[in-house]
Amino acid sequence: MTLDADWAERWIRRTADTVAGRRDELTELDRQIGDGDHGENLVRGFRAVVAKLDARDGQDGATEAAGPRLVGDVLKLTATTLMSTVGGASGPLYGTAFLRAAKVTGRESIDTRAVVAMLESALEGITVRGKATPGEKTMVDAWTPAVDAAAQAASEGGDEAAVLRAAAAAAAAGATATIPLVATKGRASYLGERSAGHEDPGARSTALLLGAAVEALAERSA
Amino acid sequence: MSVAIVLVSHSAAVAQGLAELAGQMAPDVMLVPAGGLPGGGLGSSFDDVAAALRKAAEASDAVVVLADLGSSVLTVESALEVDEELAASVVHAPGPFVEGAVAAAVAAHGGADADGVAAAVRDAGLTFAAAAGAPSSSDTTSRPDDGAAADGEDVVTTTATLRNPLGLHARPAALVSRKVAELGASVQVDGVDASSVLQLMALGATQGRELTITVRGPGAASAARTLAEMIGSGFGEA
Repeated sequence: MTLDADWAERWIRRTADTVAGRRDELTELDRQIGDGDHGENLVRGFRAVVAKLDARDGQDGATEAAGPRLVGDVLKLTATTLMSTVGGASGPLYGTAFLRAAKVTGRESIDTRAVVAMLESALEGITVRGKATPGEKTMVDAWTPAVDAAAQAASEGGDEAAVLRAAAAAAAAGATATIPLVATKGRASYLGERSAGHEDPGARSTALLLGAAVEALAERSA
Repeated sequence: MSVAIVLVSHSAAVAQGLAELAGQMAPDVMLVPAGGLPGGGLGSSFDDVAAALRKAAEASDAVVVLADLGSSVLTVESALEVDEELAASVVHAPGPFVEGAVAAAVAAHGGADADGVAAAVRDAGLTFAAAAGAPSSSDTTSRPDDGAAADGEDVVTTTATLRNPLGLHARPAALVSRKVAELGASVQVDGVDASSVLQLMALGATQGRELTITVRGPGAASAARTLAEMIGSGFGEA
């Protein structure tokens, strides 16, 4: 399985399907400790990215566009579209994550080292923008273990699929681990102690996003 | 060197109202408000913020941007990260939104460069510390008033009485501050830095108060006279 631009596009399309299917769950999580718009925002954002991918693919087919398609091109398109359409804090945060990821994936396919670099860059972008650190009950609590697990899997000689699977599993565990935390960053921090007992919606959507990256491995390109 | 100012708020009404307020005190400065969501409602629109920054950058030499709450700051930072060319001509100035915008607009009107305008935003925050009795930057940077000027430096002190009914409120304070910038002189009015519109307003000077104007540097005498006449004239409100 090669992680090329087709894979990246399947990843984004898969994410759009996943957040649409889980919209109510994300909205409910966000209603408990935020303003209840996280599900709706992500559905709108990824739907907009898919529309742009569709438009671009139509164009490619019609004009036989020259040059290779790069993984980073897909991620950059995702970044700018999410920033324009998601709104709130998660637009800039996910947008910056994809923008930084795009900067280290400007190639036709990415190897295990590049997968790790992609995830590291995404986390770095989120950290720079959101100023959150682990343990504050934010999406950083899913991204940080994901990056660590990916680096670990890569150092143990795992292939691209193994690295992505390790990242996705760690993100899911990290999201679950936010349940007992008291939020000290982001909107949920306004609730103080009352934020404990609820899973952070940003950490949950991060787990869904990285899960979709794994699922995109198994799909055949159209 | 012209500096345009972009005001990014969570609320369209706040951004527009602030542009109006600061614009009254600095009519020649380009102020671009960007606030709220396109369909109405509170929030930040990446496209609107990016468009406001581009519009300001195209019309000026440099841009200073202020952002208020929540995702406003994130959106500004993201817009600058996406467009590196734009980022080269834009300075994001952290500080109090309303007071910072007023101080920035007056500084820009007086010909300050982007760093100077950004410094005015930062210093605007210090006026709160001064009001609360904490040491402010003016306490640490103001020179002693004992007349111990450097060799050959002119120091001229004069007085003028406020004649207009509302005293040294926002509009006249801005007029004094802009005149000080225009004169290029170092001026204190009742012990505060007269180039800072916020410090002048914080004097709370009302009608009938006699203000002490101290000017240092070349041309001090004529500068002091100009300012005294301006204050004594009642700013067209008396």
